[in-house]
Amino acid sequence: MANFYTDTPQLQHHLQHPLMKRIVELKERNFADSEKYDYAPMDFEDTMDSYHKVLEVVGEICGEIIDANAEQVDQTGPTVKNGRVTYAEATKENLDTLKKAELLGMALGRKYGGLNFPMVPYMMSADIVSRADASFQNIWMLQECGETIYQFATEEQKDKYLPRVVQGETMSMDLTEPDAGSDLQAVMLKATYNEEEDQWYLNGVKRFITNGDADIHLVLARSEEGTRDARGLSMFIYDKRNGGVNVRRIENKMGIKGAPTCELVYKNAKAELVGTRRMGLIKYVMSLMNGARLGIMAQSVGLSEAATREAYAYALERRQFGKPIIEFPAVYEMLANMRAKTDASRTLLYETSRFVDMYKALEDISRERKLTPEERTEMKYYSRLADAFTPLGKGMSSEYANENAYDAIQVHGGSGFMKDYKCERLYRDARITNIYEGTTQLQVVAAIRHVTTGTYLQRIKEYEAMSVAPELESLKGTLAAMTGIYEKLVEQVTSPKDEEYLDFHARRMVESAGHIIVGHLLLQDASVNPDLFRRSAEVYIHYGQIEVEKNYRFVEQCSIDTLAYYRAVEKKVEAEG
Amino acid sequence: MIVLAKQVPDTRNVGKDAMKADGTVNRAALPAIFNPEDLNALEQALGIKERFPGSTITLLTMGPSRAADILREGLFRGADDGVLLTDRAFAGADTLATSYALSMAIREIGPFDLIIAGRQAIDGDTAQVGPQVAEKLGIPQVTYTESIEEISKEEITVKRRLDNGVEIVKAPLPLLVTVNGTARPCRPRNAKLLMKYKHAKTATERQTEQCDRDELYTERPYLLLTEWSVEDVKADREQCGLAGSPTKVKKIESVVFQAKESKRLTDDDNEIDGLMRELIESHTIG
Repeated sequence: MANFYTDTPQLQHHLQHPLMKRIVELKERNFADSEKYDYAPMDFEDTMDSYHKVLEVVGEICGEIIDANAEQVDQTGPTVKNGRVTYAEATKENLDTLKKAELLGMALGRKYGGLNFPMVPYMMSADIVSRADASFQNIWMLQECGETIYQFATEEQKDKYLPRVVQGETMSMDLTEPDAGSDLQAVMLKATYNEEEDQWYLNGVKRFITNGDADIHLVLARSEEGTRDARGLSMFIYDKRNGGVNVRRIENKMGIKGAPTCELVYKNAKAELVGTRRMGLIKYVMSLMNGARLGIMAQSVGLSEAATREAYAYALERRQFGKPIIEFPAVYEMLANMRAKTDASRTLLYETSRFVDMYKALEDISRERKLTPEERTEMKYYSRLADAFTPLGKGMSSEYANENAYDAIQVHGGSGFMKDYKCERLYRDARITNIYEGTTQLQVVAAIRHVTTGTYLQRIKEYEAMSVAPELESLKGTLAAMTGIYEKLVEQVTSPKDEEYLDFHARRMVESAGHIIVGHLLLQDASVNPDLFRRSAEVYIHYGQIEVEKNYRFVEQCSIDTLAYYRAVEKKVEAEG
Repeated sequence: MIVLAKQVPDTRNVGKDAMKADGTVNRAALPAIFNPEDLNALEQALGIKERFPGSTITLLTMGPSRAADILREGLFRGADDGVLLTDRAFAGADTLATSYALSMAIREIGPFDLIIAGRQAIDGDTAQVGPQVAEKLGIPQVTYTESIEEISKEEITVKRRLDNGVEIVKAPLPLLVTVNGTARPCRPRNAKLLMKYKHAKTATERQTEQCDRDELYTERPYLLLTEWSVEDVKADREQCGLAGSPTKVKKIESVVFQAKESKRLTDDDNEIDGLMRELIESHTIG
């Protein structure tokens, strides 16, 4: 019986983090729900036991059913006919199984039938689901749109839609249009308000919409006629039961083939406004995107885990020159780096999840009562960290998923290039992770201010203050040296106060901060659980040290003038006067 | 509905230490699991419950104290309650004594429309208990069920999977059916039911285990799992356990399959002819 949770002790390690005590305390509010709901926990131990047991179920379903279905899902994929999408049979079976197990709407409150899980165990499920089938993780993870409804919709809307999510209705976030991809300010889908009917209508086209034939859609549309920027956009709910949206086609993609990516045509589709007009992009999509980015981080970690396992299994089994190839240094180095990058992505994922949990739980409490000044400070602290860690983690983990999938094929040699091995699908599936929900380049744009304002450095100093096991002290010293280089690097790039120069080196700075942060996290992990994390800590910090030095060397040699050699188009000199 | 289930040693992944030197099963080396075909049986019951909301499923198992695991596993998947038939006097039962005990417990549970059991258990592979329970209760039975096609208040239509094909049969209720492993696999545990019933315990478990949530069982009586003894089901001790079992084990032999010497043939017709004759004579084929 394959179980993708119990066979990965790293997950159990991260679930036991000391901050979980505070997260559970905030999330369960003195365990008041246990009076009302027979499945609500009674105390901290009971809560943790429930997370563990439910994750065991998720692990079993992923190991036994979703993983076994993944090949068929990839090969068959969804189809579209008369404007409606039909999932692959195996995808339907996956959804039906999770529905019967009531694992949809995991993070939603019990009032709506959800499990009230914090991000940590919820993202662990996403991590495991992705390891089994990354394309299915897309469909499953869209339940996260429920969180946006919960945060910004009216009570009536919440009562109407959230229980439906729990009961297995799927969701989609309809943002992208043919001319509005990374730049969502350009969204043109038109929302018109009919005063007589007191009703909004949507007209236009959306493109690249994952799970575009979902039951409940969140739609970004232009509600203010004549506007062309972000302030003219509002968020709407479109309910498929009302009709008005058809799927014109589904894209033929390279990977995540089980998740339908749709082009949607809106023809007088009835819609409900979410929250306040004009706040669609500025506030709601930003929140939606943060949740989605965490989901893609989890997807990336799952893919990395799968790729690493495939490579190890093959390297143990494949014999050349009279011995298993895992015994050759060139191969075991690749494998050790893969495991290190997987553990690195994962530790960053759960650190970020904890930050999100902390501020969201406090924010949720603030809906019921005024927070104490201490709680407000606590919320701000974690909100800032979540804001800093989400783009950093999404960027790094999705790049590592790609590197790991690439190396998994390399370990397989010629066989890896054939369709016969799983690593081929992982390679295709991983490729989207550093593109959607913001490319890595855009994650850097979101993260850079935390380099310049010092959020990362401040957090690094906090990690430095934490104790580690005596045998890890020298690695901690290495990290301190890396931090010194990072500070010099930042100084070098920021002192000329040239925006283009800063943008040019932004990724080098963000990634350098990332290597140090992950190094510290792995040291903490290895202090608690040396058997599981010592090797990854050593391997990763060696790797990160060289990367940070490389970045510094590059910046040292690359002055503002050097940029001229890189520019594809000559810089326009703005006309004066 | 009543579903019969058994806790069995997992004989599917047998390691070197599965058998003791004396030829008996080393239960300590094999994890105790829900007999696979009993899970298929439970799934059939859950399917009916979905179609007919309001119908209930009682899981019945016989075994030592730890067989309470089976009841919890059933509750996690959607059974409404469970009964553990446990008593030293039930120990050592063969299929006859087992079916007697189960039939007495079923009488105690009360009226039912349908009893569903797995075809056979992976430890004994007899496939006798289900049919014998039907005989003892004097109700009809349908064996080798792959799916329950239709069901009404009076009648059931069942698809049977047999060696040579399938058979669709109708039968009146109340009825006992046994279900094959080819039937739909059982659904996984349900997250909410898992959290609801994870503290469910029998009285014996509460006595023997550290249990610091005493008030829980008064507040939530559904967490107390029913345990019945020989007296509780008004059974005759003489017909239970070892005393009620006419089957006596004469000898247990641990058979180790070994590859014999092989014979190499060319593609010459005569050689193949010779092999065919040899196989027919040895009744390997024919």
